Amino acid sequence: MAQTRPKPPLPYRMRDIVLPGDAACPGCPIPMAWKVLASVFREKMILVIPACCSSVVVGAYPGNSIKASVVHVAFASAAAVASGIAEALRRRGINDVQVIAWAGDGGTADIGMASLSGAAERNHDMIYIMYDNEAYMNTGIQRSSSTPFGAWTTTTPIIGKTEHKKDVARIMIAHGVPYVATASIAYPHDFYAKLQKARRIRGFKFIHLHAPCPTGWRFDPKYTVQIAKLAVETGLWVLYEYYDGKIHLSGPSRPYMDPAKRKPVEEYLKLQGRFKKITPKKIEEIKKYVDMTWDWIKKHM
Amino acid sequence: MGKVVSITGNYAVAYAAKMARVQVVAAYPITPQTSIVEKLAEFIESGELDAVMIRVESEHSALAATFGAALAGARAFTATSSHGLLYMHEWVHWTSRARVPVVMAIVTRTIGTPWNIWPDHSDFMDQRDTGWILGFGMDNQEVFDLTVQAFKISEDPRVYLPVMIGLEGFILGHTTMPVELPDQKELDEWLGPRRQGYVIDGREPLAIGNLAWPEDTEEMFMDIQKAMEEAKQVIKEVDESYGKLTGRRYGGLIQCVGCSNAKYIAIAMGAWAGDLIEAVQKLRDEGYPVGVVRIRFVRPFPIEDLWKIINGVKGVIVFDRAISFGAWGQIYTDLVAGLAQYTRNLPVLSNIVAGVGGVNVTHIDFYKLVKNFVDIVEKGEQPPVFTWYHKR
Amino acid sequence: MVGQGLIIEPINYRVPISRPKKGVAGKTGFWRTERPVVDKEKCVKCWLCEIYCPVDVIRVEPETGPTIDYDYCKGCGVCSNVCPSGAITMVPEE
Repeated sequence: MAQTRPKPPLPYRMRDIVLPGDAACPGCPIPMAWKVLASVFREKMILVIPACCSSVVVGAYPGNSIKASVVHVAFASAAAVASGIAEALRRRGINDVQVIAWAGDGGTADIGMASLSGAAERNHDMIYIMYDNEAYMNTGIQRSSSTPFGAWTTTTPIIGKTEHKKDVARIMIAHGVPYVATASIAYPHDFYAKLQKARRIRGFKFIHLHAPCPTGWRFDPKYTVQIAKLAVETGLWVLYEYYDGKIHLSGPSRPYMDPAKRKPVEEYLKLQGRFKKITPKKIEEIKKYVDMTWDWIKKHM
Repeated sequence: MGKVVSITGNYAVAYAAKMARVQVVAAYPITPQTSIVEKLAEFIESGELDAVMIRVESEHSALAATFGAALAGARAFTATSSHGLLYMHEWVHWTSRARVPVVMAIVTRTIGTPWNIWPDHSDFMDQRDTGWILGFGMDNQEVFDLTVQAFKISEDPRVYLPVMIGLEGFILGHTTMPVELPDQKELDEWLGPRRQGYVIDGREPLAIGNLAWPEDTEEMFMDIQKAMEEAKQVIKEVDESYGKLTGRRYGGLIQCVGCSNAKYIAIAMGAWAGDLIEAVQKLRDEGYPVGVVRIRFVRPFPIEDLWKIINGVKGVIVFDRAISFGAWGQIYTDLVAGLAQYTRNLPVLSNIVAGVGGVNVTHIDFYKLVKNFVDIVEKGEQPPVFTWYHKR
Repeated sequence: MVGQGLIIEPINYRVPISRPKKGVAGKTGFWRTERPVVDKEKCVKCWLCEIYCPVDVIRVEPETGPTIDYDYCKGCGVCSNVCPSGAITMVPEE
């Protein structure tokens, strides 16, 4: 799918919605991603945010760091509240406001799994974006089901995570929702195009967004974008969309269908303090996982 | 005189929600509430009720979705019982503290372990601290009336708090009684369109629930307490104006039966209050000066109204269909705590906890217990302050 | 339709409602230990710094190049990392 650059250019569309001076850590990918949301929806979006870093990034009452509507909700229920809001807006004939459930990997893949599954199965008209910083970051970097194999977290402090990442996008594909996509904060134009596509589809849309966290992954904040890019360039994070019954690989990930073109996984791992103690055996395990993921993707293309 | 239908308590709730023109229903089935959800689904799918039903996958999501819909400007309704209510408990708090008007019916059922489907007030009384207005009905007609009134109460700008209406599972929920339905057009005019304090629908960028510092937070909670005070007046006004509309008024926060000249007061809430009234009527016929105060609203607690009646009586016997383990029945606790504000000279008090776990308590039991209480006090003795009246 | 309307009657009491505000966490420029410095000669006006800046304090205009609002810049360094022409360098704050 050819992605044409928007006119006016992306930065002009992003301006003045995500306000400076929020409470995020320096280099945080969350406001970066919100700028892309802003470029598509401007103020006309309602972000339903369960307990996660984003709950705090927006700042304290009576201020809010984003010029859009935000509904903070109890953990585990982003999808459920978004369902209620979506149905109410539809009944009231309001069609120009996008309901977006914006939840972390914890609030989606772990505690929020049931309500995510329910909302997806009922096919409510909303976009669910799981921004994945690969741990329970807001409570201090504890392991989630989305933490990658071998990573240090405060609850896997010595041995590192012993399971592979839970592939939530695949779970959503299995639910049969009209649109599933993966995205990365390092590829804003790709993310932009996917949001534009999603808003035109009626039903439940799911986007799994890769969001490297400097504080939790232990790297200098300036590398946020570089690391997100390396995840794609090593083939570890695959950018694709799923609709009409098959996978459509996104432009930036196309070269990496060929294992020879992928950058070595070590390049990605060595930049992150959370992989400092990783063993060669575990790296082999990770490489096998990358190959298995690509096998599955190719089979469904 | 409106149309009279023979319906169960659960159906009465469903009819009330329909006539109040709810727009979004998000509910999860649980015994003994199930037939409310089923009836509403039938109303919606047949087109009789112009609403959308969100068949959520859990009670936690039920109140979450109801909250979302209410927040975005729709009149929203849900119902649950027992463990479902406990599962959504964090949402019960979240909704009232966000000041979003919502109505929920609780078909009361006891709490496990062990599994037990029969009715008491345990699940309902567990919600006293949440900031919801808690009303309880005695028969299906009142359950219908209360559910309709709940929308008007919660959407009053002096209140803007969610309302829970309780009815016992099976005793009311599954029992058929005649219920008079008001005229739809008259009800529409009386209830009016939905009102709420703020709406999040994308018209302007608003955020609800951002982190708040302690001082700000406490001020918000103090305002909930203030709204509860105002709600007392609102409940009375709604009862009165509904009385003008239908001819049925219940007395506001409490219903007084023969207590104006009574020397002893028996207090209860819910369907079994009907049995209590029957037993006390028999006692009155035998010359016992007993009156009954039926609690209609547990929150806001009607202490002023109760004090007016209790001031000067010799004894008060309070029947609780739930217990706070390690202490006493909840109505008794709230009553005595409230009375202590008014007087050092409390009347002789007795708390009877009974019917917990669904044990059936009849008018014969009430007759026995009240007569026993009055006899002991008349002799000048002190009856046990707390009794768990168990039958097998 | 009857009963389907909606009236927003303002709430008498305090609710946890917040409104958009620049600088909710204060002047986050104070957080910096180093600041980005732009060499306008090297800048090719690709906009990558503006796109990626997490606090949205960079504005790139075709005529003037990038300007940074140092009141709020947290000094994360992402702009200097993504710049393809090395036009932004991170310089320690005093």
